[in-house]
Amino acid sequence: MSYEVVIGLEVHVELLTKSKIFCSCPTSFGDEPNTNVCPVCLGLPGVLPVINKRAVEFAILSGLALNCKVNPRSKFDRKNYFYPDLPKAYQISQYDMPVAEDGYLNIKVNGETKCIGITRVHLEEDAGKLIHAENGDYSLIDYNRTGVPLVEIVSEPDLRSHEEARVFLENLKRILQYTQVSDCKMEEGSLRCDANISVRLKGKKELGTKTELKNMNSFKAVQKGLEYEIKRQIDSLEKGERISQETLRWDEGRGLTVSMRSKEQAHDYRYFPDPDLMPLEVQQEWVEKLKGLLPEMPLQKKERYITQYGLPEYDAEVLTFSMDMADFFEDCVKEYPEPKVVSNWVMGELMGFLNAERIDITETKVTPLNLAKLLHLIDKGTISGKIGKTVFEEMFKSGEDPEAIVEEKGLLQISDTKELEKIVDEVIKINPGPVEDLKSGKKKAMGFLVGQVMKQTKGKANPQIVNKILRNRLK
Amino acid sequence: MKYFGLKVHEAHKLIKDREISSEQLTKSIMDRIEDVEGIVHGYVTVTKEYALKKAREMDKKIAEGEEPGPLSGIPCAIKDNICTKDILTTCSSKILKNFKPPYSATVYQKLEEQGCIMIGKTNMDEFAMGSSTENSGFFTTRNPWDPARVPGGSSGGSSAVVAADEALFALGSDTGGSIRQPASFCGVVGFKPTYGRVSRYGLIAFASSLDQIGPITKDVRDCALILNAICGHDPMDSTSVSADVPDFTRFVDKDIKGIKLGVPKEYYTMQIDDSVKKETGEAVTNLANIGAEKVELEMPYTAYALPAYYLINPAEASSNLARYDGIRYGFTYEDAENLLEAYKKTRSSGFGPEVKRRIMLGTYALSSGYYEDYYLKAQKVRSLIARDFDQAFKNCDVIVTPTAPTVSFRTGEKIDDPLMMYLNDIFTVPVSMAGLPAVSIPCGFVNGLPVGLQIIGKPFDEGTIIKVASAFERMLALDKVKPLFGSYVRGGA
Repeated sequence: MSYEVVIGLEVHVELLTKSKIFCSCPTSFGDEPNTNVCPVCLGLPGVLPVINKRAVEFAILSGLALNCKVNPRSKFDRKNYFYPDLPKAYQISQYDMPVAEDGYLNIKVNGETKCIGITRVHLEEDAGKLIHAENGDYSLIDYNRTGVPLVEIVSEPDLRSHEEARVFLENLKRILQYTQVSDCKMEEGSLRCDANISVRLKGKKELGTKTELKNMNSFKAVQKGLEYEIKRQIDSLEKGERISQETLRWDEGRGLTVSMRSKEQAHDYRYFPDPDLMPLEVQQEWVEKLKGLLPEMPLQKKERYITQYGLPEYDAEVLTFSMDMADFFEDCVKEYPEPKVVSNWVMGELMGFLNAERIDITETKVTPLNLAKLLHLIDKGTISGKIGKTVFEEMFKSGEDPEAIVEEKGLLQISDTKELEKIVDEVIKINPGPVEDLKSGKKKAMGFLVGQVMKQTKGKANPQIVNKILRNRLK
Repeated sequence: MKYFGLKVHEAHKLIKDREISSEQLTKSIMDRIEDVEGIVHGYVTVTKEYALKKAREMDKKIAEGEEPGPLSGIPCAIKDNICTKDILTTCSSKILKNFKPPYSATVYQKLEEQGCIMIGKTNMDEFAMGSSTENSGFFTTRNPWDPARVPGGSSGGSSAVVAADEALFALGSDTGGSIRQPASFCGVVGFKPTYGRVSRYGLIAFASSLDQIGPITKDVRDCALILNAICGHDPMDSTSVSADVPDFTRFVDKDIKGIKLGVPKEYYTMQIDDSVKKETGEAVTNLANIGAEKVELEMPYTAYALPAYYLINPAEASSNLARYDGIRYGFTYEDAENLLEAYKKTRSSGFGPEVKRRIMLGTYALSSGYYEDYYLKAQKVRSLIARDFDQAFKNCDVIVTPTAPTVSFRTGEKIDDPLMMYLNDIFTVPVSMAGLPAVSIPCGFVNGLPVGLQIIGKPFDEGTIIKVASAFERMLALDKVKPLFGSYVRGGA
């Protein structure tokens, strides 16, 4: 039988504000445990929350970037449950009046564009982190993360495969990174994803029983976890079993999903409006102002690269993967208006070195202007394309200007015909074999001879001129 | 010399004129505490050394030429649910018996900045839940007018120590009457400001949408002075309001000719002692005699205030008190086998019965499937009550009612009947639900026990309340009548 998969995602994203959502503690990651804390985020008796305006702004921006309607009025609610990482025993969240709702995100899977609904975007505070002792005797709590602002983004159950879910998540990540509201680092927990999964017979209207899958801590885990869970559900149905509604945990080590709690054990969070916070009133003017701050989104940028620069889809996709990469490309094209050439250098040389060094585009010493200069040097024949690559490597290492490198290392291309004639003559003299071959029509020998000239000149000879001289000499 | 009987403004004059020092005043209070605290039991913690040190520091400043402000060097008591940095703040609960907050409440900071000398932290019903201080996790405070009786609650300690001259004034907190009812029982002035007037930052939350800090004083002028010191917007409290704070002493000793006194008939038809009804009725007549105009009111939703209150208040409390889990501070049950047991044992041995009752009621009222019928409905009733007051205030300037339906009752009399206890708040709760300001001032005696008159004002119109209260006080001079400890007290009263 043929099944249809139905997936909805709940994505938690830490916002890049300097301070926490309800106090002025820093949000920095990786500090000494329990150093970025104060009475407010520790939930000590008597403290009160005060909303961080920047966090609201970032939540609105997230909503706008996902084509949501920003609500003129939203409110904060308490989600009550006991856990040691939650010092107030309630999380301040938004229950029925989120900052933004009713949006969508377009994804492209197998060449087809699909619109995935965004149910809502709401603000909430993060909890602390538990560190369990290996022997299981005790757990330690780090409250540095407590009160870091989060947006929770909930998608409609519009995703039909684990592949679509992955693409959705990647697109979402890229959009939020473009919007600069989050760094979306799954490995640091600044992007976390839960999924609601069900399967049904193709053509059926009603949804199958869903399970909620948690603890997928990387893109790979999302893919593998979903794949596993989909298969598990289909196998169960095939065997005539029922799917039980439950919350599952992805066990990365064992590669399977494990039950956390059943529907009967589900928490009653006893949501109610937080009496310590006033409802959030958002003026339309503010929303308009923020709309103006939104950058061009990745998908639009990609389309533009194809039409405006005539780039192949693959190039456009790779270059727009991050906004910093795209900016680098465009800044370079401004100075050297040959988009495909720039694209080749960025995707080939630059990304090659970045990957090898495991650094980000924002960390490279190469500037778009210097890359453009290098390309001009090659065009003008000042250096050969091959030497260009050597120069680039030096630029990547030192960050120096390409002209300075060429000068310093004596890499100027030899275009002086007289000088080259001398070298060509010498090469002819010591390579009688290949010379004969060429004369008898073996065209391959030409390459060998040019190569020899290049070897003699350490690559600095102008290959066009060398070709011309050789042809003249061996007519 | 015995200075403990002074009012704040009287003591201020003596300090200003360099006739007494803050240290002398503080020592006199300490002597008084020594003499009567064995009967009153108003303090959970007396900060003697701290107070004397602060008093000497203040004296030094004054000696060096600093002009003393109205509260410089004035000894005061603070209810034990208001955080005081590095000083025990217990809420009279075993679960916080060892809790020393690392920060001070905004109100306490303000008092400190103005030179107040904290004498100690006062006893209360545990987490402010109760009307007699019998729910204190430690001991019951006694009424200075009759130690066999309760001082009221939950700010029973604060009211009793002011009535017994163990502090010149005190801060209390009021959620459904917790300043006004004990002030009424102890024969002192207790003021609950408009919700949002005084910062709640550092007040250990009970029911956040109702809690408000206010002064308990020996007379109305002192009350105005303390309001001047503690009112105002606080950026640390999102629910505090940035309304102008007038100098409240401007409303003291003013004529009240033409002031319209609203008298809602519902307040006089509910369960109320005849003698209390008679005393408050006379108070209204007296006010009319000095120029106020009596206006009959109808406030049909009054009767629904108490049931709605007893849903909203436990609901918020159940959430506010969830943080006491023994993990980070306060009492911890040490021998738990696992996390769940640690939670259960800590909370079941740390909290007293009334607190547990409210947590259970509140948890139920917020549960899925019940939320709409209980919590949400109660919130709707709350809006109707507020509307009742809005309507009423179209025809009057203040509303006058009894503060409580009875005078102080005997210790143990109502403690086993929570519903009887809750009925104590029947006149104060509607005011809290509407977030309005109100004062309780002494208006007479029944069998030697004080009766309180509640004067309710429009939002942020504390001034008019003070005007009426001050005129009333001047007429009867009940602020001059004090409890006689007689043979109870070493050295007499």
